[in-house]
Amino acid sequence: MNFADVVFFLFAAILLLAGLRVITARNPVHAALWLVLAFFTAAGLWMLLEAEFLAITLVLVYVGAVMVLFIFVVMMLDINLEELRQGFWDFLPLAALVAGLMIVEMVMVLGKETFGLVAPLAKPENYSNTKELGRLLYTDYVYPFELASVILLVAIVAAIALTLRRRPGLKAVDPAWQVKQSREGRVRLVNLKPQKPEYKSEEEDE
Amino acid sequence: MTYPLPDLLPALPEILVLTLACVILVIEAFFKDAKAAYVLTLLTLLGAAGVTAFTGGEMSVHTFNGMFVDDAMGDVLKLMTYLAAITAVVYSRGYLAERGIFKGEYFALVLFAVLGMMVMISASHLLTLYLGLELLSLSLYAMVALHRESQAAVEAAMKYFVLGALASGLLLYGMSMLYGLTGTLDLAQISAALREGVSSPVVLAFGLVFVVAGLGFKLGNAPFHMWVPDVYHGAPTAVTLFIGTAPKLAAFAFAMRLLVDGLEPAHGDWQQMLAVMAVLSMAIGNLAAIMQTNIKRMLAYSTISHMGFLLLGILAGTFAGYSAAMFYAIAYVLMSLGGFGMVVYLSRAGYEAENLDDYKGLNSRSPWLAAVMGILMFSMAGIPPFVGFYAKLTILQSLVGAGLVWLAVLAVLFSLIGAFYYLRVIKLMYFDAPHSTGAVAAEAGDARMLLSLNGLAVLLLGLAPQPLMALCANAMQLSLQ
Repeated sequence: MNFADVVFFLFAAILLLAGLRVITARNPVHAALWLVLAFFTAAGLWMLLEAEFLAITLVLVYVGAVMVLFIFVVMMLDINLEELRQGFWDFLPLAALVAGLMIVEMVMVLGKETFGLVAPLAKPENYSNTKELGRLLYTDYVYPFELASVILLVAIVAAIALTLRRRPGLKAVDPAWQVKQSREGRVRLVNLKPQKPEYKSEEEDE
Repeated sequence: MTYPLPDLLPALPEILVLTLACVILVIEAFFKDAKAAYVLTLLTLLGAAGVTAFTGGEMSVHTFNGMFVDDAMGDVLKLMTYLAAITAVVYSRGYLAERGIFKGEYFALVLFAVLGMMVMISASHLLTLYLGLELLSLSLYAMVALHRESQAAVEAAMKYFVLGALASGLLLYGMSMLYGLTGTLDLAQISAALREGVSSPVVLAFGLVFVVAGLGFKLGNAPFHMWVPDVYHGAPTAVTLFIGTAPKLAAFAFAMRLLVDGLEPAHGDWQQMLAVMAVLSMAIGNLAAIMQTNIKRMLAYSTISHMGFLLLGILAGTFAGYSAAMFYAIAYVLMSLGGFGMVVYLSRAGYEAENLDDYKGLNSRSPWLAAVMGILMFSMAGIPPFVGFYAKLTILQSLVGAGLVWLAVLAVLFSLIGAFYYLRVIKLMYFDAPHSTGAVAAEAGDARMLLSLNGLAVLLLGLAPQPLMALCANAMQLSLQ
């Protein structure tokens, strides 16, 4: 067992523990923080595989952006997790049984030997994982790359369509409209001719 | 370093649909003209149909580094997808307008969903297969939730989303196993690698279980059918109409690409899994449908049984079976368009014609609509001379041809059970006294005309099924060479 193996098992153990705590933590903020730890250790595992771009992106995007937003939302919404978790312990035996079966199957099936894997060749001196990914993404994989962007577009459209509420009769002011107003639009000078009030005398009527 | 530009011509329909969907988004954002979006959606689908018919040929063309394939089967399925989407959009106009969801976003999502289906139909790579599926699913989740005032719709969308995500997870896990085993994501190369023999058949079976389970989820096959009745019931009927029709063609294409193009050498393994799923689907679908009082739920369970029937054609594993399954998928989409279309058409503002009791005495209120509904129900039950009969017949023939007589016998038995609840609708329409004696509100002339055409198509294709059957057989032959 060399040093890389030791690091791998250390990270894997922390990752599993963190994942378990995400679903068992009673406090949603704690769950979110355990998830952050899970992302960090997963990034560590990718780093071991020399996939440094993926590792850094995982930390930047998931930890830096997604999880921060997530924690904000959790803190603002004040979710009562106990209510959501009703029945968690009732279903645990069944879930544990299924999970146990899965683990047994996976241990039996998966492994280096069954896949016939060989260790990859050492990379050349000036090999850049990021550059290679970029080259593939914009050449061989340009079609799936475009599709992924369409999926993101649909996600944006869906999020806006589901949450934007146009309420009629709002009395909010529009600063841009206010600034654009000139004197001409608001003040109208009316030229009134000086007039003498006409009095109708009763004698003329008759 | 230069990179040759991929041949964009085979993907022209996809490019057209994507571009015009974006145009609709712009129209919605700046002009708020839902009517223009509606017309443009129809024009887009018609245009895409024209382009597909024009660019399609007998040859299978690969492009985008082998990730995209344009073949005869794909072209036929795409044309049917446009037809189903156009019909669904026309049927649902009045329904959407009365419920305040006649908006540009709705039509943009319809087009994105159609794009997802087209990508699935034309996929020849596990990545594009999966991305097309996600594009379709994501658009459908949003469409279900679009009617925000309805608690049921939001709940249905949530269920659909969570279970759909779970199914995607299963599918991806299975795909990762296949990748680990064969070292490629390209379906043709996977097939070649499997033919050469793999290092571990156990891993292949393990990956297959996950892939087939994910597929079953998306098709709505038992035992992964739990989401179907809830989503069909909770979604606005116009969205149910959309979900229940065109995506079934894409799901069929998905199954064909994955199981036949990619995993054909492992046919023996997946045949048994599909057989279990098909029998369970037909049993659960037909038996549970008898108990329903809501026609949307009833049609949802009937969908499950029909999808089970569809699997029978695929699992036969013969050329006849594949083309029979394709014919079945097209016939089912036609019938289901009419069935859900009728529910949409009879619904009005503040009233959903979704309970079976609402169909009591329909004949005395509108004889023509009752006749069309009667044709659709007879056809779904598989009674001659309607198209549903020939769809079932060709599948049974292919099963017997492949030596799976016991499956054919089971299929006939469950179809007999299923006939009960279709015929009950006819009994309600013709022999029961109506709740209200008023005539059916005659609005939306275009929808009424299309609905009549839909019913007549089911009858005519039943009287003369040969052209469509030949088309399916031809397309399948050209694609599978």
